[in-house]
Amino acid sequence: MNENIWVLMSGDAIAIATTLILAALGALFTERSGVLNLGIEGILLTSAISSFLAADASGSVWLGLIVGSSIGALLASIHAALSVAFRANQIVAGLALVIFGTGLANFLGKPAEGKTVATVIKPLTFGPLSDIPIIGPIVFGQDIITYLAIALAIVASRYLFSTRPGLELRATGDDPATVDAQGLSVARIRIRYTMFGGALVGLGGSWLMLAQSAGWHQAATTNGLGWIALALVVFAGWRPMRIIFGAVLFGFTLQLPFTLQAEQITFIPSAFLEMLPYLATLITLIALSRPGSRNLLGAPRALGTPFVRDER
Amino acid sequence: MSNTSHEVAQRSHHTSGATSTALSAHSIDKKFPGVLANDSVDFDVRAGEVHTLLGENGAGKSTLAAVLCGLYQPDAGYLTRNGKRINLSSPRVGLQHGIAMVHQHFRLVERFTVSENVILGSRDLPFRLNRSDINEKVAAIAESYGLPIDPDATVGDLSVGQRQRVEIVKALYQGAEILLLDEPTAVLVPSEVEKLFENVHAMTAAGKSIVFISHKLGEVVEISDRVTVLRNGRVTGHVSGRGTANTKELARLMVGRDIELNAQRATHATGHEVLQIRNLSLVVNEVSMLSDISFSVHAGEMVGIAGVAGNGQRELSDTIAGLISPTSGSVTISGSMTTDRGPIKAREVGLAYVPEDRLGMGLVPSMSILDNLLLTRDRQLVVDRVSVRPEAARLIEQFEIKANGPDHLARKLSGGNAQKVLLARELSGGRGATKLLVVCSPTRGLDVGAIETVRRLLNDARSAGQAILLISEDLDEVLSLSDRVLVLYRGAIVHETPGETAQLSQVGAAMAGLASEGPS
Repeated sequence: MNENIWVLMSGDAIAIATTLILAALGALFTERSGVLNLGIEGILLTSAISSFLAADASGSVWLGLIVGSSIGALLASIHAALSVAFRANQIVAGLALVIFGTGLANFLGKPAEGKTVATVIKPLTFGPLSDIPIIGPIVFGQDIITYLAIALAIVASRYLFSTRPGLELRATGDDPATVDAQGLSVARIRIRYTMFGGALVGLGGSWLMLAQSAGWHQAATTNGLGWIALALVVFAGWRPMRIIFGAVLFGFTLQLPFTLQAEQITFIPSAFLEMLPYLATLITLIALSRPGSRNLLGAPRALGTPFVRDER
Repeated sequence: MSNTSHEVAQRSHHTSGATSTALSAHSIDKKFPGVLANDSVDFDVRAGEVHTLLGENGAGKSTLAAVLCGLYQPDAGYLTRNGKRINLSSPRVGLQHGIAMVHQHFRLVERFTVSENVILGSRDLPFRLNRSDINEKVAAIAESYGLPIDPDATVGDLSVGQRQRVEIVKALYQGAEILLLDEPTAVLVPSEVEKLFENVHAMTAAGKSIVFISHKLGEVVEISDRVTVLRNGRVTGHVSGRGTANTKELARLMVGRDIELNAQRATHATGHEVLQIRNLSLVVNEVSMLSDISFSVHAGEMVGIAGVAGNGQRELSDTIAGLISPTSGSVTISGSMTTDRGPIKAREVGLAYVPEDRLGMGLVPSMSILDNLLLTRDRQLVVDRVSVRPEAARLIEQFEIKANGPDHLARKLSGGNAQKVLLARELSGGRGATKLLVVCSPTRGLDVGAIETVRRLLNDARSAGQAILLISEDLDEVLSLSDRVLVLYRGAIVHETPGETAQLSQVGAAMAGLASEGPS
C-alpha cells in the first residue's frame, strides 16, 4: 500500500471539506433565519467563475476571493428579494437560482474555458511541524482559508448559541411571529442572513476555484458540491460544529474512489462510491420535505415559510 | 443587563401613589375600512388596580388594547402616561413607557428555554449572554410575583398555564408597569384560572396596573376593581368597586338587551342508541391520540365532551365523521358501521358535522351561502341552484343570518353568521335525514347574541330527537347544555358525570389530569 497516496487523499478530502464547510455554513445561516435557499449550487458556480475572472484580470487571488464573495451575496439577495419581500415559493425561487447561476457561470466562463489562473492560494507552512510524517501535510499543510473555515464554524457556533443576535436569529427561523411581536424586523433579519450566507457560499466557490481546481471547466468545477452542502446542513442538525465533521466525512467519501482506483482496489466499483454523496443528498432532501422527519431532524420550524403578519 | 427595567420600576414607584392614574386614553377614535372600531373611547387605569374591558367580540376592546400598547395608532384622541401626553408609534415604544401586552396566542419560541424566551427582544442585553446571570434574574422576578418557573425548562414541554406565566414574567422582565391581559383565561382550566388571579393580585399589590380583557362575566365580576363595558366601539357603561357588579347588568350593558345565558336543559326522554363508539384507539406517528374510547349517544340526548384543547377532541370528531381511520375500534351510526368507510358513508346514515374550523373545513369561503348549502345536498352532475334557492332564503330567515341573500359570499360573513350558515346546512338535512349532530366549539369567537342563538338551535335539535355530541373547550357551555359530560384527557375518557349534577371542580380537576376515578 502506498502511504503517500493516502496522505494525498486526506489532504484532498480536507480541501474539499473546506468548500463544503463554507457553503454549508452559508446555507446554515440562511436556514436558521427560516429561508431555504436551494440555489447554493448556482451561487457556488457563479462566484467561482467571477473570482477566476477577477483574479485573472488583477493578478490577485485575494481580490478574486472578495469579488467571489460579493457576487455570492448579490445572488443571494435575489433569493432574499423573491422569498422575503415577494413571499415567493422558496423551493421554486431556489431552483430558479440554480438554473440562473449555472447559465450565468457558463456564459461568463466561455472565454475562460480551459484557462488556469496564474497565481493560486498557496498552502501555509509551519516549519518543522509540516514535515511530521502523515500528520504534517494533513494538519499543517493547508492554506489560510481552510483554517479560516474551521475557525468560522467554531465562531458561528458560539454566535448562534451564546449571543443576543444569535438568539434572535434562531428565534426568527423557529417562530417569526414571536420575533415580530418583539418589535424586531423579521424581513431585515432574513435578508441580512440570506445575503451573509450567500457571501460565505461565494467564498467557498471562489476558494474552490483559486486553490483547488485552478482552472475553469464549466460545471465540473463544483460537481454538485452545492447540493451536498445542503444535505450536510441537515446531516449536521443545523449545528455549525457538526458541519466540520460532516464536511470531512463527505470529503473523504468524495475522494475515496480516486484513491481506490490509484491503489487498484476494484472490488467496489468506483462509480458506486462516486454516487454515495449524491445518494446521501437525495435521502436528506427527501427527509427534509416530510414534516414529521423535519421536526425529528431539528429543522427550524419556519424553514421555507414566508412570514406574513396576521393583521386583525 | 436589565438595568433599565429596574430603573423604570423604581421611578414609577416614586411617582405613582396607590390611586394615581397610570395610563389614560382620551376620546380615542380608530377606523378600519367600513367600521368605526373605537368611537371616542375614554379609558384609564390606576396604579395597583385591575380595570376590565368587557365587551362582545367586535365590540372594540381588542382594538382599544392594541392602541394602548402601541400596536395601533389612533385616528383621533391621545394617550397620557402619569399625566404626560405620550405617542406610542410601536409596541416597543409602549414597552419603553412600561406598557406590555400578554397576547391571547402566546408569542413564545417552543424550542427555547424559559429564560431565552424571556430575554428575546430585550435591547439592553450585552452581545454575549451570561446564562447563569440571566437565569438568576428571571427566577427572581418570577418568584417575587408567585410565578415559580424553571428558567431552564423548554417552553415546548410546558403546560398552557405555565406558558402564560412565562409571558407574564417576560413582560415584567422588560419592565412592564401596566399589563394588558388579552382574554387570559380562555385557554386555562379552572384551577389555573385561580392561580392566575392570585398572580394578578400579587402584581397589583406591588403597584402594577392590570388591564383585563374578557367577555366572561363571572370572572370579570370576581377579579375587577372597575369595569368598562364596550359595545359597537362605544363605552356603554362603567362599574366601580370590586364585587359590586352583577352579571345580569353587565350582560345588558354588553348586548344592549336582557339576555338568557343559561340555556335551559330541556326535559325529555331519550330514545334509542344513535352513535355507538367501541374501544376506539388512534395512533399517529407512534403517538397515541385516542386510547380505548367507548361511549354512546342516544336520540334526544346531548353528550358533552369537555377537555383542554389538544387532548384528542379534533381526532375524535374527525374519526366519527369518517375523515380519519382509527387504529382500532369501531364507530356505528344508527346501526350502520361507518368505521373506515369515509365521510360520505357517515353522512348517508345521518351524520351532520360542524367542525371547529368553520371557514376551513366547514364552509368554502369563496363560495356563496347557496353553493355552500348545495355541498351536502344530493349529488347530481348538474348543479340545481334554482330549486334550492327558496330553501336557502328560508334558512337565512329561520337562522337569523345577517346576509344580503343566498348569493352572499361565505368569507364576507362574520364569525357568528358563518357558524349559523354551517348549522343551518347541517341541521336542515342533506343526503339523509340528520340523526346525529357532531358539533365542535360551536360558539367559539361568537358574540353573546349569536351564542344565545346557537345554543337555542342546539337545544331545538335535541328536542326534535336528534342525538348531539357537543365537543367544546368552553366548560360552562358543556356543563350547561349537556345531559351527560365526558372529560377527555390525553386521548382517554377520564371522567363521566350527568350534566345536571356535574361539579365544576371535579370536571376541572379531570381536565387537568387529576381524575382519580376511571371511566364509569
